[in-house]
Parts: sequence; C-alpha cells; structure tokens
Amino acid sequence: MASTQGGPPAFNNAVVRWIDKRLPIFTFMHHEYGVFPTPRNFNYWWSFGGIAMVMLIIMIVTGIVLAMNYTPHIDFAHDSVQRIHRDVNHGWLVQYLHMNGASFFFIAVFIHIFRGLYYGSYKNPRELLWILGVTILLLMMATAFMGYVLPWGQMSFWGATVITNLFSAIPVIGPDIVTFLWGGFSVDNPTLNRFFSLHFVLPFVIVGVVVLHVAAMHVAGSNNPLGIDPKGPQDTLPFSPYYVTKDGFSLLAFLTIFAIFVFFAPDFFGEPDNYIKANPLVTPPHIVPEWYFLPFYAILRAVPDKLGGVLAMFGAIAVLYILPWLDTARVRSARFRPIYKWFFWVLVLDCFILGYCGANPPEGYFVPLSQVATLYYFFHFLILLPVLGKLERPLPLPNSIAESVLKKSAI
Amino acid sequence: MRKLLAAAAVALAALSAPAFAEGPKVKLLDVKFSFEGPFGTYDYKAVQRGFQVYKEVCAACHSLSLVAYRNLRDIGLSEAAVKAIAAEVQIRDLNDAGEMAERPGRPADRFRAPFANEAAARAANNGAYPPDLSLMVKARLDGARYLYSLMLGYEDYAKLTDAQKKELKLAADFKLQPNMQFNKYFPGFQIAMVKPLNDGQIAYNEEATTAGIKNDLPQLAKDLTHFLAWASEPKMEERKRTGVKAVIFLLILSGLFYAVKRKVWADVH
Repeated sequence: MASTQGGPPAFNNAVVRWIDKRLPIFTFMHHEYGVFPTPRNFNYWWSFGGIAMVMLIIMIVTGIVLAMNYTPHIDFAHDSVQRIHRDVNHGWLVQYLHMNGASFFFIAVFIHIFRGLYYGSYKNPRELLWILGVTILLLMMATAFMGYVLPWGQMSFWGATVITNLFSAIPVIGPDIVTFLWGGFSVDNPTLNRFFSLHFVLPFVIVGVVVLHVAAMHVAGSNNPLGIDPKGPQDTLPFSPYYVTKDGFSLLAFLTIFAIFVFFAPDFFGEPDNYIKANPLVTPPHIVPEWYFLPFYAILRAVPDKLGGVLAMFGAIAVLYILPWLDTARVRSARFRPIYKWFFWVLVLDCFILGYCGANPPEGYFVPLSQVATLYYFFHFLILLPVLGKLERPLPLPNSIAESVLKKSAI
Repeated sequence: MRKLLAAAAVALAALSAPAFAEGPKVKLLDVKFSFEGPFGTYDYKAVQRGFQVYKEVCAACHSLSLVAYRNLRDIGLSEAAVKAIAAEVQIRDLNDAGEMAERPGRPADRFRAPFANEAAARAANNGAYPPDLSLMVKARLDGARYLYSLMLGYEDYAKLTDAQKKELKLAADFKLQPNMQFNKYFPGFQIAMVKPLNDGQIAYNEEATTAGIKNDLPQLAKDLTHFLAWASEPKMEERKRTGVKAVIFLLILSGLFYAVKRKVWADVH
C-alpha cells in the first residue's frame, strides 16, 4: 500500500535513484500522481478531466499521422483525405478516430465543465484553475473550427466563410481583419494553408495550458462532491491506486462508446455535404456548424444585429471567465444549495434548447425560442447567480468528508 | 448517474436529429441492402453487376475519380480481368518522347473520366455537370436509398394528375424547364440527367441469369447502388470487422478494471 506521507520515497532501482537525485522526476510523479492526497468521495463525474486529457492525446497522435498524408491545397485536400481512407494502411481508422475524436473530446469537456458548474469548482481558491479551463475551451473551439475546414468539403468551405465573416462586424477595422484572416479576398488556398498550420500548432498550445490547469489543480487540490475542504488524511486517499483504477474504468467505458461510433457510425456527427468537394459557386441549402458549436451558433443568430450577435456569442464564453465573481454563494456544492440545484438543470436544458435552435434554420418559432433561450443563458450568469447567492439559504454542511462517507456506507 | 448519462445520450441524439433530417421532402423508397447495419457486408456479386451497369451506362457521363482499376480486385475480379478492363480505355499520359499521347490503361490507373474537364462536360450536357460518383452514397442523406429512389423516381410530368402534384406539394408556379426531367426524389424535382436506366437495358452474364437475377429497372438500380456504396467506402467491411474486435477488447478490459477498482476500494468503503 502506498504511503500517504510526504517526503522523498525510497526507490529500489539504482538507475532511478541516480536520475532522481539529479532531476527528481520520479519524486515528482510519486508526489503528484502516486500519493497525491485526493478527496475520497469523488463520483464518476470527476473522471472526465482525465478522459478529456486522453482524448487530447488521441487527437494529437492521430492528427500527426494524418498530417503526414494530407495535402493542404484546395485542389487536392478533399481527395487526399479520401486517399488516406483508401490507400494509407489503416488510414480510414486514423481519420475516423480523429473526426469522431473531436466530438468525443467536446463531450468529455462539456461534461467536465458542467460538473464544475454543479459542484462550484470555480470558487475560491480555484478561480485561476477555472479561468485556465475556459481558455482551453476557447482554444479547442478555434482548433476544431480550423480542423473542420481542412477536408475542404462544402460545409468546410461555407462554415469557414460564415465564421470568418463574423469578424467583419467589428467597426472600422472589421473588413481588414477578415482579409488578414483569409490571406486574400475570399476563403481560398492561403486560408486553407494558414488554417492547416494553426490547426497543427494550437493543440500544443492547448497542451501547455492543460499543464498549467493541472498544476493549478495540484496547488489548490481537487474540489469534491461535498464542496468542503479535506481536513486531514482521513478525508483523502492516495491517487494511486484508488483513482488510477476508478478513472481507468471510466476512461475505458468512455472509449468503448467512442469506439462504437468510430467503427459502426463514423458519419453520425458529420454532414453528408462535407463529402462534396468545396465549391465557392454553390451554397448548401443549410449551413450548419459541427454540433458542439450549435448553442453558440443559436446565440449568434438570436440577435437581429450582426455586431450584437457576434458580441453575444463571444459574451457567452466571456461570462464564464468572470463566473467566479458572479456567483456570490459561499457554499460550493449544489448539493447544499436547494434552489441553485434546480436552476443548474434549467441551464442545462437551456443549452440543449439553444443547440436545437442552432441546428434548425432561423425561421418560424425557432427565432423567438432562441431569443428567449439566449436571454435566459445570460440571465442565469449575470443576474440569477449574484442574487441567488444572497437570498438562498444553504443546507447545513457536513463536518468532514470522512464523516459523510462513513455515514452513507453505514446506512 | 447511469440514468443521467442515458438521458444525456438520448437528448443529444434528439438534438442532433434535426440537423441531419434535411434533404428531399418525399419519402424515399423502402429498399434493404446487405451492407446496412453494424454487421452488414457487401454482396460482391451485386457489386460486380453494379460495376457492369456503371461501365455500360453511367461511365458515359460520370467520372469515378477515386477508384482505380486495381481496386476491382477487391470486388472479386481476377487479375487478368482487371488488366483487360483497364486496357479497354485510353489514358492520356506522357510518352517516352515527352509528348502527351494516349496509351492503354493499366490497373494502377484511376477510372478514366469521360470528359477532360468540367467545361467539356458541361458543353456536352446542355450546360449541366454530371458529378463524380466516387462518394455519392456518402454525400447524400441516406445515400443508398436516395440513389435507388432517384433511379426509379422519373415521371412523365405532363401525365401527372393533380392529386399526385398535391401529394408531392409541388409549388403552384412549378414549371419544368427545357432539357429538364421530372424526378420526384430530386431536390426541386427537376434533374438534367435523362432517365439513365430502363428495364432490360443491361444483359447480365449467364451466372446471374441462371441464379434468377432479373435485369428489370429495380434490380439494375439496386445493383448500381451496391457498386457505388462500395466505391464510396471500400474499407467498410474492414472497419466493421475491426470494430467488433475493438469493442469486445474494450468491454473486457473495462470489466477487468471495474473488478480491480472494486477490489482496491473494498477496504475504504
């Protein structure tokens, strides 16, 4: 059994001892992943951070292999993806893993974020940890958007056209920014080339921010479902073997679902139109972004003014940055916040409604529906959270994690 | 937690459904293909017949640029047959003197396109551009059923009754443009392609006829769709076979990890 004490561990292997004396990477791993004191009461929602990390690694590894075989040129890009499918050994597997991996990366990250919202993981002393996380989301969105352009299908091209054009809403310098982004006067070969370059490099920036995110977590320690701080060794468990096995199980269960989509429904999340080579002269009847952008797309279209829509869309992320100061409640976990608990689920529902609106053409009842849902989204963060923290009377908190866990198992 | 996950999955599916539910408003014909479902495989006899239909009819106008003659080995043709099929066409290539010249096709060549470029294709087809068929089944919603329905969906517009027009929800000001055909499954109902397949148009070989395969329109359309489904994803069977192994492996490993987790956690609960 691993010890929960600090101090340098005694390594049996002489080589390990030699290296560790000069560069204490083994001591580091032992402290941060071996005996790292982790709250003993995590539920499975706490697995999704690690799952997201594995998805990032899968995306980088498959992406590097794809880049070896892909041709970033408007005349060849679409066919080169198909050549990967047909002529590269297991290229179909690598491409489908990467294509569906994006969706599953976002699924893991969205669950991870909503877990943080429910259990108040963004509150003191984890504000910076949360802000780094929102930055990762923003970087992921930029990376995913540019990656979707690379196969140079109809949705790639028209998605790129619509989204880059958003920047033209910025007063005065907007049109120049768009020209700068395109590298010309329309989405064309220079655009594809720079998107390929950025799509390759941004994931490594994400890795960097993930390192900071994890480092900040190891300083503040993990939050937990009760939202109270561990008071001593009786409240924690060493990360290994307890959470290695628990996270390992949830990771494998997640990967199983991922594999089912990759092998049996690889085009489930995709658009048939993207198997048509990009054609600047033919606009598809409905331009829809990938599913993970749909709520943001709905917010963009809900505002009748172009600049207003763009501001609202970016504002939807911006409110997450200031969330730690918007939520005035001192109690972290929604378990002890009887009113917030309900509003959390209303927010989840609101995001699904936004996604539903984003998937449909902006006509008929979708217009008022997306407007109400957009208003509610901002109402939740900007008005409800500050007010609710003052008005709500939280339930009494348990004395310690250990007490709460042992009481539950006694029943 | 499991209930929540299941609910989230259902909600996600319901949410994404409308995004994919566009396309022709008319319900496609109900036809079953052997390659559907998680374990479906290609019927290579049908793929071969479909290749014959493509070669004798579609290839006059439609390219199949992602498929090479050598790929026909995968649908069960012999090496000699593939060589013979490739040699039937003339490919423009550099000769030893460095000049553009025609030479007989080789298995490594991709299917020869019927037109040199888009402009030539449009000039020969009243301004319409016959699209490449390599990915047609993947590039349309419910692609296989759509293609099959399209082949069977030609109607004589002049003979349509008012009731039929109403059923198709045709716009009151609908007008069939010159050189266009009426097809109830094509978006907008007007298609530049003349009815490509008719009953008895292709003479299938003796093996097929003795096996009782007819050469009526539904059979030709079904075989052609089968061939184009294969052309759009030749690695589908490999994908599904690998998937069975991968999912079984992951399930067993998940189970093992769950057992280990239970054992490790037994003393702290």
